[in-house]
Amino acid sequence: MTQEIYDVAIIGAGVVGTAIARELSRYQLSTVLLEANPDVGQGTTKANTAIWHTGYDAKNGTLEARLLRRSRALMEKFVPEAGVPVEMLGGVLVAWTEEQRDRLPALRERAFKNGVTDVRILSPEEVYEMEPNLQEGAWGGLYVPGESIICPFTLPLAFATQAVLNGVELKVNFPVRNVHLEEKEGTTVVESEDESVRCRYLINAAGLYSDEIDGMLGHHDFTVTPRRGELIVFDKFARSLINHVILPVPTPLTKGVLISPTVYGNVLLGPTAENLDDKTNTATSEAGLQTLLEKGRAILPALLEEEVTATYAGLRAATEHSDYQIRLHADQRYVCVGGIRSTGVSSCMGIAEYVRELLEQAGVTMVPKPTFKPVKMPYIGEAGQRPYRNPAMIAENPDYGRVICHCEKVTLGEILDAIHSPVPARTLDGIRRRTRVMQGRCQGFNCRATIVDILARETGQDPKFLLAQDDKARAGVNPHPQSSRGEGAK
Amino acid sequence: MTPETDVLIVGAGPAGLAAAIELKRQGVANVTVVEREPEVGGIPRFCAHTGFGLQDLHRLLSGPSYARYYAAQAKAVGVDLHTATTITGWEGERSLAYTSPDGIGTLTAKAILLATGVRERPRPARLIPGTRPHGVFTTGALQRFVYERHLPVGKKAVIVGAEAVSLSAVMTLREAGLEVVALLTEHPHHQLYFPYSLGKFWLLDLIRRTPILTSTRLRRIMGTRRVEAVEVLHTADGRTETIPCDTVVFTGDWIPENEIARSGGLIIDRHTLGPQVDGGHRTSRKGIFAAGNLLRGAESAATSALEGRAAAREIVRFLTDGRWPDVRLPIAVEAPIAWVYPNTLTAFDIASPRRTFDFRVQTFVEGATVQIRQGTKHLYSRTFRHLGPNETMHLDGRWLAQVALDGEPPVLSVEA
Repeated sequence: MTQEIYDVAIIGAGVVGTAIARELSRYQLSTVLLEANPDVGQGTTKANTAIWHTGYDAKNGTLEARLLRRSRALMEKFVPEAGVPVEMLGGVLVAWTEEQRDRLPALRERAFKNGVTDVRILSPEEVYEMEPNLQEGAWGGLYVPGESIICPFTLPLAFATQAVLNGVELKVNFPVRNVHLEEKEGTTVVESEDESVRCRYLINAAGLYSDEIDGMLGHHDFTVTPRRGELIVFDKFARSLINHVILPVPTPLTKGVLISPTVYGNVLLGPTAENLDDKTNTATSEAGLQTLLEKGRAILPALLEEEVTATYAGLRAATEHSDYQIRLHADQRYVCVGGIRSTGVSSCMGIAEYVRELLEQAGVTMVPKPTFKPVKMPYIGEAGQRPYRNPAMIAENPDYGRVICHCEKVTLGEILDAIHSPVPARTLDGIRRRTRVMQGRCQGFNCRATIVDILARETGQDPKFLLAQDDKARAGVNPHPQSSRGEGAK
Repeated sequence: MTPETDVLIVGAGPAGLAAAIELKRQGVANVTVVEREPEVGGIPRFCAHTGFGLQDLHRLLSGPSYARYYAAQAKAVGVDLHTATTITGWEGERSLAYTSPDGIGTLTAKAILLATGVRERPRPARLIPGTRPHGVFTTGALQRFVYERHLPVGKKAVIVGAEAVSLSAVMTLREAGLEVVALLTEHPHHQLYFPYSLGKFWLLDLIRRTPILTSTRLRRIMGTRRVEAVEVLHTADGRTETIPCDTVVFTGDWIPENEIARSGGLIIDRHTLGPQVDGGHRTSRKGIFAAGNLLRGAESAATSALEGRAAAREIVRFLTDGRWPDVRLPIAVEAPIAWVYPNTLTAFDIASPRRTFDFRVQTFVEGATVQIRQGTKHLYSRTFRHLGPNETMHLDGRWLAQVALDGEPPVLSVEA
């Protein structure tokens, strides 16, 4: 049996890998996107601060600074077109000591050099005018109007969906175990435990595992040290406490603990920064959560009066280098996209364009497709009109008026859409990230059983598998879902 | 749905349905109940064990039978019931916006009763560290898995909490075929007081057979895809213990579903987290009443239903004379008192010295004298042989006549 040879294989369907897949899908290439997890955007992409950074504080002259700036321009067009939830709130960086205040002019200078020219130093009075609920004692601040909040779940899904709509093949549950070059044929074989794909060009966007993939090709340019960040999400009632992203003065190690609204209407506190050895350790810790509560109390005391909705931890792909590790190995027809630290959500489209240019350098001919299908994602933010408030959608399909998740006001129509979308939800977490179900203050007290029931029925999966009670239970997809309107009929 | 009604009730649990039935019996023409779930009845729908109805219906029923009884009664007396209807916000003084499969709209009423119930604090709100695997439940989520959707749960469970609702979780887990390996409570004793005398013997037997680890705290959840174990701290000696299990159920630690109340600007009591009410279920906003476990988490279904009935009588009075108190005096509490309810006083209360007050404490106290002061004036004291967490105690209202409504908030405390 002859196996298809893809022009390009991309390892990793995080925000960077999916952005690259989308970029390549504009051209007449056959592309496969390989993901170890059952869904896209499940690594560093899903557990971060959900901030769309301007890159004002990036080190001048770095690739990171350049790609952040380029990405900004590309995303300003893509994000609204694709319906990715976003709020252009602006950031207020607060100096809590005299020493921090004295560093503000240097930060402003750095921002200017990075092309972020709308930043402005604030007096203490201005800080409290903009953020009246902050703890007393601020020495001043820096206003960064471009710092925005974004939905880190919808962004990679939008990229992946548009890529798939334009011919990219997405293979999930494909953990790469081995890569080897076939010199004579000019191809590369990428293998998981039970499957393999063959390609002419390989792109490594494996995030936390990008150094290991790099090693399979004989390179040892960098080592990824997972840097854990723990975060606490507060109840929506906290949302009225702040108007902007509240940033600390950054240090070389971390951007520091910030307090930010989310596009879902919550308030997020975090992250911590702690280097670990284990690339799977996304557990929260007693010390981490306590540290965050103390820092939160020191910045915004009223925040601590509100209920906590969620806690989580993510791992950033930090390396020993202070810049991105993006390299073309033309002789191996291989591009490594490593060390995307903590700015991937903001720089992804700039990275994707850069990777496309590197492939051109390596000899790939990019012939644009006659048509490039657009993508429009279901809107799950608070800034726009959600289906439960949309009379026209409900009139057309009553399932958009049937609220299943009461805390987040998610309707049956949206859940069914997520299950039957071009990049379909196949796990509980997948439905959660696409729709916000179970993500609210009751964390599934009311709706979890219903969601499991709908997902199992619509996809033909065994609930025991969905609930991770049995790895061998049926995970197959039901080719003939009984009904996509079943829930309301009882 | 008729956009205008006499009384709009939000929530068709025991409090909401009992209030609706009473309102119809008292002759109110139009009573509309909206329920966000596809069926009416509230939490008892998922409690497929006995123990319901003794105080309010004078018979012993299972949760689902109890819910069905109230639903049938409400239909029989002509209550206008709307399921799958979600309130999405306030549109005016006594107007609420809703979403349902039939569309969106606004409901306006002469009086509104909020009976939106209660939820259990889930794991994140309790700040329990560790991994986030499958197999972590609240009692509510568990009962829906087992009784509503007939979904598999697991094999071995640890229950966090050792109070009445924890027993409900034990019964549900046994029904689902799980082994309960431990009940954890931070307190030095369990809090399994018996609200009903029938069935007491088998309950006693159940408790005897269930391992209860007192003075413990759940410190960490472990496991990658599925829960594999929990780490438990023994607070008395600092020892930690790892207990293998695949299921963790967080029970109790109730928090009122106060979203509609709070977004409507109703004053929220800092201790109960429900809207502040006087003894007549009046909130801080004219024409808006509240009843049931929205007021404080959580009492039995019967308590909620009886409150619903009582609220209905006050609503009828309001519909008749339109009177609303203009002075509200909150009642303060001092630790170890957890909360008191009703938690505000109005002229209506002073005129009704037969009012009773409920309170709970945070910790076990032996031989406690509970007192009420207003400023320096001592109003009342009563000695209890024993007070414990998760058990509601009662005070009579003989002290009400001495309260100065224009004075400082009276303070409920335990005498040192």
